[in-house]
Amino acid sequence: MTQEKGEKSINLTVKVWRQEGPVVKGRLETYEARNISTNMSFLEMLDVINEELTLEGKEPIAFDHDCREGICGMCGAMVNGRAHGPEKGTTLCQLHMRHFSDRDTVVIEPWRSRAFKLVRDLVVDRSAFDKIIQAGGYISVNTGGSPDGNAILVPQEAAEKAMDAAACIGCGACVASCPNASAMLFVGAKVSQFALLPQGKPEAEKRALAMVREMDDLRFGNCTNERECEAACPKEISITNIARLNREFLKASFF
Amino acid sequence: MNWFISTLWSSIGKKLMMAITGLCFCLFLLGHLAGNLTVYGGKDLFNAYAENLHALGPLITLIEILLLFLAIVHVLTGCFLFYGNFRARPKRYIKKKSVGGRTIGSATMPYTGVFMLGFIILHLLNFTFIDKADQTSFQIISNTFSSPFYVMFYMIAMVVIGFHVSHGLWSAFQSIGANHPKYMPFIHIVSIVFSLLIGAGFGVLPVYITLIS
Repeated sequence: MTQEKGEKSINLTVKVWRQEGPVVKGRLETYEARNISTNMSFLEMLDVINEELTLEGKEPIAFDHDCREGICGMCGAMVNGRAHGPEKGTTLCQLHMRHFSDRDTVVIEPWRSRAFKLVRDLVVDRSAFDKIIQAGGYISVNTGGSPDGNAILVPQEAAEKAMDAAACIGCGACVASCPNASAMLFVGAKVSQFALLPQGKPEAEKRALAMVREMDDLRFGNCTNERECEAACPKEISITNIARLNREFLKASFF
Repeated sequence: MNWFISTLWSSIGKKLMMAITGLCFCLFLLGHLAGNLTVYGGKDLFNAYAENLHALGPLITLIEILLLFLAIVHVLTGCFLFYGNFRARPKRYIKKKSVGGRTIGSATMPYTGVFMLGFIILHLLNFTFIDKADQTSFQIISNTFSSPFYVMFYMIAMVVIGFHVSHGLWSAFQSIGANHPKYMPFIHIVSIVFSLLIGAGFGVLPVYITLIS
């Protein structure tokens, strides 16, 4: 590989959670990551380790990834005890190795939650999020001719807030970083993006009730306003969305 | 299930119960502190305050029953939340760091809560369920605070309450959905000021009482 300007190479000790399946016992295994370019992403560093493991005839580390552009929500792991690593507002794929120093030790663990079953190594099953979305994270629209784009007016502020909530990529970092493994930031964002817009209003009550009920049934923890989720969220979604969920749910329940 | 019970039993409903009962306790703390400050007016003023308070009779009993009910709801709901949250992550992280959201107050809520329950029981045994026939209210408090160990314990308890309230007060507003960019910074400041007021307001009392006894 040719070296780019300003590029450095570092060596790391990487401790990764290895677990062959959901029911077998897992353990931390130590690997040496050598000559890692500081321009690489964290996932590319894992790719390098995996290439070496494959050449040695060993099983590569399983981890989720897809777009590698920070927009799909597939990747994610706890890096040194923090969801998506040390950088604020960054997904694991967008975390670059320049944020690490030579001879650092990096501990990588999967998301831990009762609702996210471990599949293998760093891969967890986040279909619990899909179930919450299926419970009410949609609007019902009749098919037919396309409606006039300006027929329903949306205030700019509401549109901006809805867009901020809709930035959620469903990666699960909120659940992983929450001391209680609560999914309130995810559900708060998904309820908010509709509750703020006129198109979401007709089903707002039903949606808040159904999504919270599903979240509770899936045994996510309870929010205790620790604010770790908003600090860990790669899309920096605010806990004001959790307050809006609380309002929507209580309004739907009591009135 | 009945809609009311199923609402209160949901995760948000439990938080609502914690928030409302907690806010009631904050109001109680304010009233309690205001009454106790009469100590600074001297023994006679404090004794007069205590007598006037007891003279309210049935109203006081009603408030006591209400406080007991609120305490049972707050403690039981807190236990359910703690157990549920403990179960929500069966496999713990080997390495876990805060990303900056938690405070000492928020991270220790269940533990400061249990400590306060113990303190409140002891506090009631010392000052409420005690033979008041042949001693004035001031004598009771000055006798209890004559032990330096008790003074120390009392002051530590007030610091603990301060931490509990520093998270509890703003958190209650968030739980009932009252989070607005216009008011939230103010609520955060009020929580800190309130916790300092409660911690220092009650905490300094035993020192003053020991000095004047």
